[in-house]
Amino acid sequence: MKQLSTKVTSNGHGQDSSYFLGWEEYEKNPYDEIKNPNGMIQMGLAENQLCFDLIESWLAKNPDAASLKRNGQSIFKELALFQDYHGMPEFKKAMAEFMEEIRGNRVTFNPKKIVLAAGSTSANETLMFCLAEPGDAFLLPTPYYPGFDRDLKWRTGAEIVPIHCSSSNGFQITESALQQAYQQAHKLGLKVKGVLVTNPSNPLGTALTRRELNLLVDFITSKNIHLISDEIYSGTMFGFEQFISVMDVLKDKKLENTDVSKRVHVVYSLSKDLGLPGFRVGAIYSNDDMIVSAATKMSSFGLVSSQTQYLLSALLSDKKFTSQYLEENQKRLKSRQKRLVSGLESAGITCLRSNAGLFCWVDMRHLLDTNTFEAELDLWKKIVYNVKLNISPGSSCHCTEPGWFRVCFANMSEDTLDLALKRLKTFVESTDCGRMISRSSHERLKSLRKKTVSNWVFRVSWSDRVPDER
Amino acid sequence: MSLDKNMLSKLAVGDKHGEDSPYFEGWKAYDNNPFHPEHNPQGVIQMGLAENQLCSDLIKEWIKANPQASICTAEGIDGFSDIAVFQDYHGLKQFRQAIAAFMERARGGRVRFEEERVVMSGGATGANETLMFCLADRGDAFLVPTPYYAAFDRDLSWRTGVRIIPVECNSSNNFQVTRQALESAYLDAQETGIKIKGLILANPSNPLGTSLDRETLRTLMDFINDKQIHLVCDEIYAATVFAEPGFVSVAEMIQEMDHVNRDLIHIVYSLSKDMGLPGFRVGVVYSYNDAVVTCARRMSSFGLVSSQTQSFLAAMLSDQSFVDNFLKEVSKRVAKRHLMFTEGLKEMGVSCLRSNAGLFVLMDLRQMLKDQTFESEMALWRIIIDKVKINISPGSSFHCSEPGWFRVCFANMDEDTLQIALQRMKSFVLRDRENKNCNNKKRKSFQENLKLSFSSMTYDEHVRTPRLMSPHSPLVRT
Repeated sequence: MKQLSTKVTSNGHGQDSSYFLGWEEYEKNPYDEIKNPNGMIQMGLAENQLCFDLIESWLAKNPDAASLKRNGQSIFKELALFQDYHGMPEFKKAMAEFMEEIRGNRVTFNPKKIVLAAGSTSANETLMFCLAEPGDAFLLPTPYYPGFDRDLKWRTGAEIVPIHCSSSNGFQITESALQQAYQQAHKLGLKVKGVLVTNPSNPLGTALTRRELNLLVDFITSKNIHLISDEIYSGTMFGFEQFISVMDVLKDKKLENTDVSKRVHVVYSLSKDLGLPGFRVGAIYSNDDMIVSAATKMSSFGLVSSQTQYLLSALLSDKKFTSQYLEENQKRLKSRQKRLVSGLESAGITCLRSNAGLFCWVDMRHLLDTNTFEAELDLWKKIVYNVKLNISPGSSCHCTEPGWFRVCFANMSEDTLDLALKRLKTFVESTDCGRMISRSSHERLKSLRKKTVSNWVFRVSWSDRVPDER
Repeated sequence: MSLDKNMLSKLAVGDKHGEDSPYFEGWKAYDNNPFHPEHNPQGVIQMGLAENQLCSDLIKEWIKANPQASICTAEGIDGFSDIAVFQDYHGLKQFRQAIAAFMERARGGRVRFEEERVVMSGGATGANETLMFCLADRGDAFLVPTPYYAAFDRDLSWRTGVRIIPVECNSSNNFQVTRQALESAYLDAQETGIKIKGLILANPSNPLGTSLDRETLRTLMDFINDKQIHLVCDEIYAATVFAEPGFVSVAEMIQEMDHVNRDLIHIVYSLSKDMGLPGFRVGVVYSYNDAVVTCARRMSSFGLVSSQTQSFLAAMLSDQSFVDNFLKEVSKRVAKRHLMFTEGLKEMGVSCLRSNAGLFVLMDLRQMLKDQTFESEMALWRIIIDKVKINISPGSSFHCSEPGWFRVCFANMDEDTLQIALQRMKSFVLRDRENKNCNNKKRKSFQENLKLSFSSMTYDEHVRTPRLMSPHSPLVRT
C-alpha cells in the first residue's frame, strides 16, 4: 500500500461515512411499485425528476438538436472533433442567458467569464485549486453538502472550517458565527482564503436572505478574501420570495467592477434545475481574468461532452421553453414540497420552513432517545432498516445539533412519496414518543400555523450529488 | 483587469500548465490564418493537431442507421429520463462492457478486459492526472522516456505536484528506450533524493509513431518489477497501428509474465484518437490494482463521461460487426495516409523516423538546420510556419534531446490538403537545397536568402468558414 499515494490510503474522499449504509441498503433492496413494493424508498437523493416530460416534448419538436444536425445537415464530425476548452460559444451564451433569466434578468452574465466544468463537483474543486494552497482554509456554514469534504479538500489539500449555524434562528448565518469561524481558523494556524456558501442551501432548502448576503459581502470585503456562491439550486426557488443572488447584492451595493467583485465567484450546474446530473454540466463564473484563465486550462481535466453542449445550447436558447420550464418547475416543486410538509405534519413532524431545493430539513429531535449524535444514528438506522426509507442524518452534513434529517421529495412519483409518508407515520405512532407527540403536536401544529413566522425545521439527509458507493 | 496575484493560488498564477511555451506561436499563426481550400487557400495548414478525421463517415453511417442509440430521437427518447439522471460514477454497465469489448478487439481479441475495472475519466487528460493522484504524492516522480507528448507536463505534474524525470532516448537506435537509460535515470534521481514512483509512457508513442515490440515491453516490465514501481501505459493510439510488429499491449504481456506484480500495472485509454471523438471526452483508467480502481473511480466524479455520450457509445460499441469493420478501416486508412505522406516526403529527400502507428510522423530535418542546436530548430520552425505556412511541432516541445526533429500530423485533413502541404514542403526543401548549393563556402541563414513564391495573405476574419471550429487549446491532446 505504501506504493500508492496517501489519497488512496486515507479517507479524504469522505465516502466511508456510515451514511453509505443507507445507500447500500437501498441498492440491495430498491423500492419498485410493482416488483418490490416493500423495498426501500430512496429519499436521500436530491434529484429533480419532476419535469422530464417538458424536456422530452421539446426534443420531439426539435429534431435537429436531437439528432446533431444544424439546418438539416449533420454536424456530427464538427462535434466529434470539438474539444476547445473555451467551450462552445453558443452554449456559454445560452448558459449566461439562462442564469440571467433565473435571476429575473436583474443582473447580467458575460459568457466570456464562464468556464465550463464536468458538473459543479469539478467546478468547486477547480476553484479551490485556483484560490487556495494546500493547508489554506475556506469557511463554510453548517450544515453543508457532505460532498464538499471531497470536492473542496481531497485532492487540493485545502481545509474547511465550519461557520456554526443553529436552529435557534433557522440556521441563518450571523456575524458572530462568521467571526468565530475566522478566529477558529487562525487558532488552527490556517490561512483563510474565503467563504463558500450554497445558495439556496443544501441541506436546508432555504435561500439566503438579503441580510445574510450583505453580511457575507461585507465580511469578505473587510477580510480581503473570496466568496464562492454555489447557486446550483437557484432555479428551484418556489417560495413567494425571489431568488437573490450574490450578484444582485454586488449590483445593489454598487460593487460591480471593483476589487470586491473580482473576489466573488458563482458556481452553477444544470444537474438540479434541469434535472440532468448525468450530463455533467457545471460552470464557474468569475469576474477575475486570471481565475477565468487558470480555470479554463484546468477544465481540460473535465470538459463537457460536445454533443451535450450542442443539445443544451439549442434547448436553453429557446426562450419560450426556458421561461415555461422555469415556471412549471417551480410550480411542481412547490406542490411536492407542500405534500411532504403536510404529510410530515400529520405524523407530528415539523420542518424548517423552506422556499427552495429538492428536499426539506426535517426536525426529528423529539424522536431521539437522547440529545446526542449516537441517538441520531440509532434513529436513522431504524428509519433505514425498519421503516425502509433512506434519508440523510444531519451529522453527515456537519450539523452541530443532533436530530435533523434531510428528506428529498423530487426524485420519486407522488404515489411513492405518499407511501413513504405513510410508513413514516406508522413508525412514529408506533413509538411511545411518537404517540405522545402526535397527539400534542396536532394541537401545537394548529396553533403554530397561526403564527406569522414559523420555525419549523426539516432535517434532510445529504448525498444528493455524491454518486452511490456501490 | 485582475486581482493581486497573492489572492490566488500558485497554481493559478504560475506557468506550470506549460501553455506559455513558444510552441503555441504555431497555433496562433494557424488560428489567425487558417487554411481553407476555397476561402483561404494561402492560409496556414494545420499539421500540429493529432486528430483522426479519417473514419467519421463510418460513424455517421452507423448513427443514421441507429436512431435509437440517441436518447433524444423519437426512437430513443424512452431512455431519456433514466439516462439524464444517471450520474453513478461506476458508469453505465453497458457502457463499461462495450468499452472493455472495444479495447479487447483493438488488441485482436488476445486479451480480456474486465468491465468492473473500467473507470471513466475526462479524456486521457483526466485519466493520466487521476493516476498520478493515485500513485504518487507531491514531490514524488515518474520516469518518462523522451520525446514525449507535450501536455504530459500539465497532465502529470501541474495540479498533482508530481515531478517528471525524463529518460533520454536518441535517434541512434530510433529513440527506443533502453534498460541502461532507465537505470541511469533512476539512479540519478535516487542520488538526489527524489522518490521515483513509476514509469509512464505512451504506446504507441506520441510523437514517435512507433509501437513497442515484445522485447522492449519485457525489458520495461522487468525494470519496474525489479524496482517495484508502477508502470502506466497510455495506449490511446492502440488502433492506429498498421504495420509490424503490430500492437502489443501491456495487457498481453502480463499474461506471459507471471512474475510481474500486477498491482503495478495500469492502462490509460481513450476514444479520442482511435475513434476520432475527442469532443466526447471519453477517457478510461484501467488498473490491475484494486485499490487504484476504487480510488480512481471516486476521483472520476471530477470528470465523468456525459451519460448521453455513454449511452450512445454503449450502443455503438456493442455492435460487434461495426467495431470489427471500423478497426479494420482505421488501420487501413491510417496506413494509406502514412504511405502517401512519407512517400511524398521521400520524393523530396526528406526522411522520417520509421513508424507503424499514430496519426503523425517524426520528420528528420536535421540537415536543414543551420547548426545542431535548438535555437536553429526554432528558427527553422518559425520559417516553416511563417513562410511555408504549415503548422508542425518542433521536437523540443516534446523534450526531444536532439534538435532537428519535427512531428507532422497527417490524419486531420483531406487528401487534397495533404497534397498541398507536400507541395509547399517540396518547394521549401528544394529552395533550401538550391541555396545551400549556391553558398557552398559561406553559409547564410535561411531567413536572408529564402524567398518563396507564396504571397503573404492578410488574415480576414470573415474569410473563415463558419463551420470551422479551430480548437484554441493547443495542449488538448495535440
